[in-house]
Amino acid sequence: MNVIMKPESRLLYEGADWDFDTLMRVHDACEELAGAELGLDWYPNRIEVISAEQMLDAYASTGLPLFYRHWSFGKHFAQQEALYRKGYRGLAYEIVINSDPCVSYVMEENTATMQALVIAHAAFGHNHFFKNNRLFREWTDAKGILDYLEFAKGYVQSCEEQHGELAVERVLDSAHALMNYGVHRHRRRAPDLQSEQKRERERREHDERMFNVLWSTLPEKASQPTTSTEEERRRALLQLPQENILYFLEKSAPRLAPWQREILRIVRNVAQYFHPQRQTKMMNEGCATYVHHRILNRLHQQGRISDGAMLEVLHSHSSVVMQPDFDDQRYSGMNPYALGFAMMEDIERICRAPTEEDKQWFPDFAGCGDPMPVLRHGWAEFRDESFVLQFLSPALMRKLRLFHLVDDSGQPVLRVDAMHDERGYRRVRRALARQYDPAWQDPDIQVVDVDLGGDRKLVLEHRVASGRLLEEQEARQVLRHLASLWSYDVLLREVDPASGASLREHAVSPPR
Amino acid sequence: MQILDRRLNPSGKSLPNRQRFLRRAKSLVQEAVRDASAKRDIRSADEGGEVSIPLHGIREPSFHLGSGGIRDHVLPGNKEYREGDEIPRPPGGGGGGGSEGATDGGGEDAFRFVLSREEFLSLFLDDLELPDMAKRRLVEGADPAWHRAGYSVSGSPANLSLPRTMRNSLSRRIALKRPKPEEVQALEAEIAALEGKPEHAERVLALRAELERQLLRTRRIPYIDPIDVRYRRFEPVPRPVAQAVMFCLMDVSGSMTEDMKDLAKRFYTLLYIFLQRRYKHVEIVFIRHTHEASEVDEETFFHSRETGGTLVSTALEEMRKVVADRYPPNEWNIYAAQASDGDNAAGDSQKTARLLVDTILPACQYYAYIEVGREGEHGIPGFPRGPTDLWRTYEALVNAGAPLAMKKVRHRREIFPVFRELFAKRGVTEGASA
Repeated sequence: MNVIMKPESRLLYEGADWDFDTLMRVHDACEELAGAELGLDWYPNRIEVISAEQMLDAYASTGLPLFYRHWSFGKHFAQQEALYRKGYRGLAYEIVINSDPCVSYVMEENTATMQALVIAHAAFGHNHFFKNNRLFREWTDAKGILDYLEFAKGYVQSCEEQHGELAVERVLDSAHALMNYGVHRHRRRAPDLQSEQKRERERREHDERMFNVLWSTLPEKASQPTTSTEEERRRALLQLPQENILYFLEKSAPRLAPWQREILRIVRNVAQYFHPQRQTKMMNEGCATYVHHRILNRLHQQGRISDGAMLEVLHSHSSVVMQPDFDDQRYSGMNPYALGFAMMEDIERICRAPTEEDKQWFPDFAGCGDPMPVLRHGWAEFRDESFVLQFLSPALMRKLRLFHLVDDSGQPVLRVDAMHDERGYRRVRRALARQYDPAWQDPDIQVVDVDLGGDRKLVLEHRVASGRLLEEQEARQVLRHLASLWSYDVLLREVDPASGASLREHAVSPPR
Repeated sequence: MQILDRRLNPSGKSLPNRQRFLRRAKSLVQEAVRDASAKRDIRSADEGGEVSIPLHGIREPSFHLGSGGIRDHVLPGNKEYREGDEIPRPPGGGGGGGSEGATDGGGEDAFRFVLSREEFLSLFLDDLELPDMAKRRLVEGADPAWHRAGYSVSGSPANLSLPRTMRNSLSRRIALKRPKPEEVQALEAEIAALEGKPEHAERVLALRAELERQLLRTRRIPYIDPIDVRYRRFEPVPRPVAQAVMFCLMDVSGSMTEDMKDLAKRFYTLLYIFLQRRYKHVEIVFIRHTHEASEVDEETFFHSRETGGTLVSTALEEMRKVVADRYPPNEWNIYAAQASDGDNAAGDSQKTARLLVDTILPACQYYAYIEVGREGEHGIPGFPRGPTDLWRTYEALVNAGAPLAMKKVRHRREIFPVFRELFAKRGVTEGASA
C-alpha cells in the first residue's frame, strides 16, 4: 500500500446503476488486486445475475442451483417467501457455490456498489477459501458437484416415476432425518462425484450377489454358545461400530430395494458435501469479509470507486460485522462474520504491529510484516475450531470481552468459569473453540450392534457428554424413520461414557 | 470469467416442491383455508392469502440435545462479571445464551405462508363436486370429435392416403412382375439399334415379340389398382361439452331488500367461481323479474330498483326463451340459481310449477332455489312464519321427485355452509331442508 494513485477520473462506475460491462470492469479490478496484493488463488468465476424470486428459489433448496424435489424445500420456500413479503427479512445479496467454475449469484436489485462488494466477497473471498481450505479440498469435489446434482435430480425423478412419489418421499423423509449422521468424519480419500453414478451401479450389483451376514439362515449348532470372537468377526463384517448411520443403512439394511439404497447414498453425498461448510463457517465468512474489505478500501484509495460508494460499502460492511452483546435484545449467538473478520484483522495487526504480549503468544509470526502468508496458511490448513485455538489472541478476547459461562442444570445458578484475564485466556479460548466443533455440539450417536442371533434388532448408542440427553420426542420420531429403513426393531441406548451405565433407552418398532 | 443473465430463466423452479408441500400438509392447510374463508367476506373469497398451519404436522425431526446437563457458553460483551461469579438463572431456563434455543423449533408453533388464488380455491372447493346427474349429462349431450383410427378401403377422395396406396401398389407390382418402364425402354432402344441390320433380323424379331409381351403385361397389370387404394379412417369420439351457462334469476320487487340481494349475489358469486373451475367457458345470464321479466346486465340486475307485483313464471318463461334462442341444451351445460324472498302471486304457482317441470328442469344440469330472508326473521316468538308460497310450490315438486335443490339463507355466514351442502361430494342434496 505504498503507492497512492493520483485521483484522476478512473472510476469503475458512477451512481447506483450498473450493466454487464460494469460488472466486468469491477471483476477485472478486483481480480487484479486479489492476485497482485493478496496473492489469492481462485477457481474461474461465473457470475450469474438473478431476480429476487430466483434468489428465494435458491434459498429453498439449500442454496444449490439444482436439486431433487422434496416437500421440505417447498416448505422452506413458503416460509422464506412469507417472511420476505412481509418485510421481516431481507434477502442475501449473494449466494456462492463451491464448484469449479465457482458460481456466484448476484441479485439484480443490488446497487453497483453492492455488486462490487459481492464480487469481492464471494467471487474472490469465498472462492479462494473453497479452493484452498484443506477440508474442502479433501472432502468435496468442486468439479463434479454440479453434474452430480444433475444426476441426483434425474435419479430421484425416475424413481418417482417408477415407484411413485409417495414411496420416494418416505425414503427421503427418513434419510433427511438422519442427514447429520450421513457423513464420514475420518476418511482420507477425496470424493469423486463424477464417476459416482457408474461406480455405484457396479458396486450395487456386486453387493447383491455377495454374502450378507444378515441373511445367513444356516442353522447354528444350538449346543455351542456363540463365542465372542465369532461375534467380533460378524461385527467387523458389518463394519461396526459405525458413526455414519446412512452409510450403514445403505450397505447393510436388509430389506431396502436398490433404488432406496441409491437415494440414501445421494442424501449422504450431499450431506458430505456440506459438511466442511459447517465446520468452517466462521473462517469462511471471515476470509471473505476480510478480502472484500481490503479490496474495496484499495479501490477507493486508487480512486476507482467514489467517496459516496465507499460510504455505502462501510455502511453495509459494518452492519454485517456487528456483534451485539450477550445481554442485547438482538443477540443470537456469535456472529460468524464479526468474529471471523475480527480475527483476520487481529492477525494483520499482530503481523504489522505486535505488542510484547503478542510476541509471547504468537512467536512464529508476530511482527513478520506481511499478514497475507500467515492468513493464507490459516485459511488453508485450519477449521473454525482449530483456528480459534491457534489464533485467537488475548487482545481480541479483551476487545470482545469474552467470558465463559457454565450452565449446570443441577445447580441453581449459572457460574462464570473464566473471563478475559490472565487466568482465563486459555480456558475461554478452549471453550469457544468447542462451540465450533461439531463433535462437541452434535450428540455422538453410533450404530454399535445388530442382534444377529435374534430378531435383527439394531442397537445404537448415544455417548452422553456433560449429562446432556437427547430431546426425547424428536429422538423417537427420528428413530421411527430409522426403523422404517432398517425394517426391524431399533434400540437407542444413551450411555455414560465414563461408567458405561445406560442412562435411558428408546425402543422403536418399524411401522407395519 | 463469465457473466450470465439468469433473470429470464423460467421462474417457479420451486413450484413442484411447493405442490408436494401442499399435498403433504393438505389436511392442515384445508382446515386453515376453511377458517380463513369463514372470516373473510365472499367477494374476496376467491383471492389467495396468508394461512397459518400448526408446525407439528410438517416438522422435520433430527437428533437434538434436550435441556439439562452441563452447557458451556462463551459470550461477548462482559460488563461486570469476574471469574467465579454466580448469576441467577434467567427465567425461561434456557441459560445465558440463546445460541441453542433456536434449534429446537419450540419458538415457533405456527407456520405461516401465502397461498395463491388458484391454490386457495382448489383447496377450498376440493371436496365439492358437480352433482352426479350433471356429470351423466355431460357425456350424453356430447358433441362428437373425430379421431384417426387406421385405414379403410372406402372413403371420400379427400381422405385418400397416398403413401399407403402407393405402398400397396408397389408391392403388388413387384409381386406380379409388372415390367418396369426402364426395361421397356431398354428393349426399344436395342430394337432401334439393331433394326435395318440384316445379320440381326432374327434377334430383332425375338426382341419385338418380347416387347409385345411386356407391353401386354403392362396393360394387364395396372399401375394403380382399385384394390391398392386406402383411405384414412376416422372414428367419432364423444366429446364432453366444455361450456356452461349460468342463469341467475332474481325477484327484484319491492319486498326484496338490498340485504337480500346481497345474500343472493354472494351465492351467485360462489356458483360462478365453482363453475369456472370446471368448465373452460362460462357465461352468465341475468334475469330479473317483478310481474314481468327481462334479461339485464349485471349492474342493473343487482342495483336498479323496480316496482311491481311478483310473477315467478315470467322469469322462467324468459329463461326458456333465452335457452331456446341461444343455449341449446345439447351444447351447453345449463345451471340455474333462483333467489327470491318466497313471494309469488297466488294464481301463479300452478303455472310456475308446470313451466319448471316441463321445460326448465329437463334442460338444466342443476337448479337451485335459494330463499333469502331477513336476519332474525325466523323464530320471532309469537309470529311463526310458515313456508312461503314459492317454498310450498317447490317443496311439492321435490316431493314428487323433481331434481331441484332448495335452501333457506338468512345470514351471510350461512352462505358457505349452504353452498357446500348443495355441492357436497357424497349424497347430493336434492331434497329440501331448511
